[in-house]
Amino acid sequence: MPDSNHTSSNRTDTAKQVNENQCHMCMPLGGVIAFKGVEGSMALVHGSQGCSTYMRLTNVEHYHEPIDVASSSLNEKQTIYGGEKNLKKALDNVRRVYNPKVIGILTTCLTETMGEDLNRIIASYKAEKGEIYTDIIPVSTPSYDKSHTEGFWTATRDIIAHYARKDIAYHRKINVIVPHISTADIKAIKLILDTWGVDYTLLPDYSMTLDRPFAGKYAKIPEGGTSTADIAEMSGGLVTIQFGLTCEESISPGHYLEENFGVPLINLPLPIGIGNTDMFMDALARITGKTMPKNLGYERGWLIDAMADSHKYNASARPAIYGEPELVYAYASLCLENGSVPSVIASGSVHSRLAPALDRLLEESDCDEMPVILEGADFSMIEAAALETGANIAIGHSGGRLLTENHDIRIVRAGFPIHDREGGQRILSAGYAGTLTFLDRFTNTLLEKKHSSYRELRKQELLSKIAAVTETGFTTE
Amino acid sequence: MQEVCPLTTETDSLIAERRESIVTSGKHKTSISCTSDSLAGSVSQRACVFCGARVVLNPVTDAVHLVHGPIGCASYTYDIRGSLSSGTETYRKSFSTDMKERDVIFGGEKKLAACIDELVEKYNPPAIFVYSTCVVGMIGDDIVAVCREASQAYDIDVIPVESSGFISGNKVVGYRAAGEALYKLITPKDGEFVDKTRKLNFLGEYNLGGEKWVVERYLKEMGIEINVAMTGDATVEALKKSSGSFLNLVQCTGSMHWLANRMEEDFSIPYIDINFFGADNTAESLRKIAEFYDDPEITARTEALINREIAAVREVNEKYRKKLAGKRAAIYVGGAFKAFAIIRQLQDLGMEIVLTGTQTGKKEEYERMGRLLSEGTVIIDDANPAEIEKFLIEKKVDVMAGGVKERFLAYKLGVGFIDHNHDRKDGLIGFEGAVRFIREVHATTCSPVWKYLREERGGTE
Repeated sequence: MPDSNHTSSNRTDTAKQVNENQCHMCMPLGGVIAFKGVEGSMALVHGSQGCSTYMRLTNVEHYHEPIDVASSSLNEKQTIYGGEKNLKKALDNVRRVYNPKVIGILTTCLTETMGEDLNRIIASYKAEKGEIYTDIIPVSTPSYDKSHTEGFWTATRDIIAHYARKDIAYHRKINVIVPHISTADIKAIKLILDTWGVDYTLLPDYSMTLDRPFAGKYAKIPEGGTSTADIAEMSGGLVTIQFGLTCEESISPGHYLEENFGVPLINLPLPIGIGNTDMFMDALARITGKTMPKNLGYERGWLIDAMADSHKYNASARPAIYGEPELVYAYASLCLENGSVPSVIASGSVHSRLAPALDRLLEESDCDEMPVILEGADFSMIEAAALETGANIAIGHSGGRLLTENHDIRIVRAGFPIHDREGGQRILSAGYAGTLTFLDRFTNTLLEKKHSSYRELRKQELLSKIAAVTETGFTTE
Repeated sequence: MQEVCPLTTETDSLIAERRESIVTSGKHKTSISCTSDSLAGSVSQRACVFCGARVVLNPVTDAVHLVHGPIGCASYTYDIRGSLSSGTETYRKSFSTDMKERDVIFGGEKKLAACIDELVEKYNPPAIFVYSTCVVGMIGDDIVAVCREASQAYDIDVIPVESSGFISGNKVVGYRAAGEALYKLITPKDGEFVDKTRKLNFLGEYNLGGEKWVVERYLKEMGIEINVAMTGDATVEALKKSSGSFLNLVQCTGSMHWLANRMEEDFSIPYIDINFFGADNTAESLRKIAEFYDDPEITARTEALINREIAAVREVNEKYRKKLAGKRAAIYVGGAFKAFAIIRQLQDLGMEIVLTGTQTGKKEEYERMGRLLSEGTVIIDDANPAEIEKFLIEKKVDVMAGGVKERFLAYKLGVGFIDHNHDRKDGLIGFEGAVRFIREVHATTCSPVWKYLREERGGTE
């Protein structure tokens, strides 16, 4: 039976005021990444210079690519009198240097507090300039409101809304909307779709823009990304598959397309873990009327084979899982299906449908001990819960590195940001093959720790018990 | 697929208003335009006032660093520096008041006060630095009053740092805000008395990868003790004793001159500029310090130390100079102090500096820089990636020294890269740092990978 202390009623410590060691980032950051998934686009952060520089730095450290994010560089005067002039100058300069097809303007807590009316400023800019090549899309992303996760969803929805048209004829292409995942996972999902032979538009597709093959030069706006023509077509799509189980309806791009354009929404968890990948395959089978391609069947077979091989090791794991809601849900379900009962499941975000989704998942899983679920979490909460519940491994981004440093709880790195290891963008978990890659990393992290310590631990534990008997004549427990 | 970069040819990578921020050294005595605000839309490498203040103060190990604002500013600066501590590690924690919409509407003072209460109860710190951010400055929270009340209530130093980001995009303004905060902390309060000592303070040293400890060892061998560095491995207690020191060393000129001047005026502590990056700089700096103490014993020990250490660096220098001489280098770093040190070290290796610049250099610093460089070297203030790219290609650069944001731009062009930034884990200071620097320059400039990157075999199209 579930321990009542460990159910979702124990989710947040409402009395706590300070956020200590952050597990999430600010809302415009997510918006910047979404715009990197649109072809020919440039993100412009309307606020202080520091905001865009911090977002660039965070992305650069994760993706290891030169990533440009422009800023309207507001100073004190403009903060008092309004940022219109600077924003227009920024638009001019970004257009001159980058000549982008799209400029996404993300607001910040500063400009939201100033009450900047972006729609009016953009209308006035367009009136001044006449016909321009560049589409300008404003997105409201105040970081006192939500986290980078919701910034990503909001920008994705607003990008679709900017191009969607009622007069798009219905067609056979399907829409695929991804949450903030690694470029490797985007590529894996595209490969699966290609293997099925479906015609699709995936948004936002930053798989090439944020992970460039070496070409001997630096592209100011890297090639790749979803084209605006394809985005416009999404409002006439056959169906939308959105990996957004935890996405609130109010900012859900798939929900927006369904409500406003009648495109049916299939809202799925990320295809990470066998159960979740099966759901994706089932959806594709229903949409296409085909059966699953043979090589995907092999991949599924290799995954099951490996799950059997490693299940007893995995049974010893008590993972603490943290990060963005969609990833956290997917890794929790992957762990559960491998017999690794999570100790803590945590997200920095509070605006998601993670908790009810986890409740359903845990109800089905019949585990002996229920994980602690934390929303709006910081790492002081995650660390405390991990220690209390006996976590012996973690899954998440670099923000949790003190778990290893202070408690030797090793982290299977996944999510964003990963700045203390190489290859954050290459971390693969999606699809059957991706799941297997991830599972091996997970199991081997357990094994590495076990092999590095079990001789000494067993020796200490058991010899000290013998010593106790020698001393007292009894086994003392 | 198409041509990799279809757009660059249609665009003008140099914005007209940026032209005055780019000069070449030599006969043309055009003066560089610098220290103004960044140009909107030009993708400056600069940050903000908050960033500057936070990097300067953050290494104070036993203080609580509380960022008053929405989550982002704290999140982006969570444990970002490689500063080491010999004691507590409170400074590595990132605290945010995590302001929400209601705090923005109704004011964040209550929340700030509650956060301070919570932190005092949990950590009982000797001092709390409260950093203001954009929104806080905008809505006018009176953080000075909240800090004053908390100081009185708990009898500890709760110090406001005026670091609202929009005040300036120039980190130097943030350094000043940090200097003012430190000045508040170190000034003895009524009735407090600080003993005068023969020790020195080491301003502008952040103990990245243990760099303060390297210099501490040299000075100890010379017979001189450090009271405290500002702010690497500093404790609040040691900082509070700094007004009784004999001498201030000023290293990172961008961040600490203001404070050094104040300390000279108020506490009669003279200061000297030193630079421990590079073997020659280190030797000169140690001699300068010994000269100040004017003690034959110290002078003798100093010369012995220098002679022993510099020989080891020379040996390494000669070994790698053969491979590195004639290679073309670019430098783009935060402040001029760092640029000077790197220019000298690379020139020592026989390398040619073809491009240099800083985020925050001052006019006289750029003029001095121009004199160090051969004719035709490009000097840029507050460069953007487009400009850096243009000159890396035009000047056929082999290796670049800079910060994280430039690293991957260099790699994309097949250019080596030397990390001289805040998050490096290994020290570059002193004689041993000079050796490490030379090895790093060699490892990246002469790496075998560039051969493959320059090979044309297709496969990327």
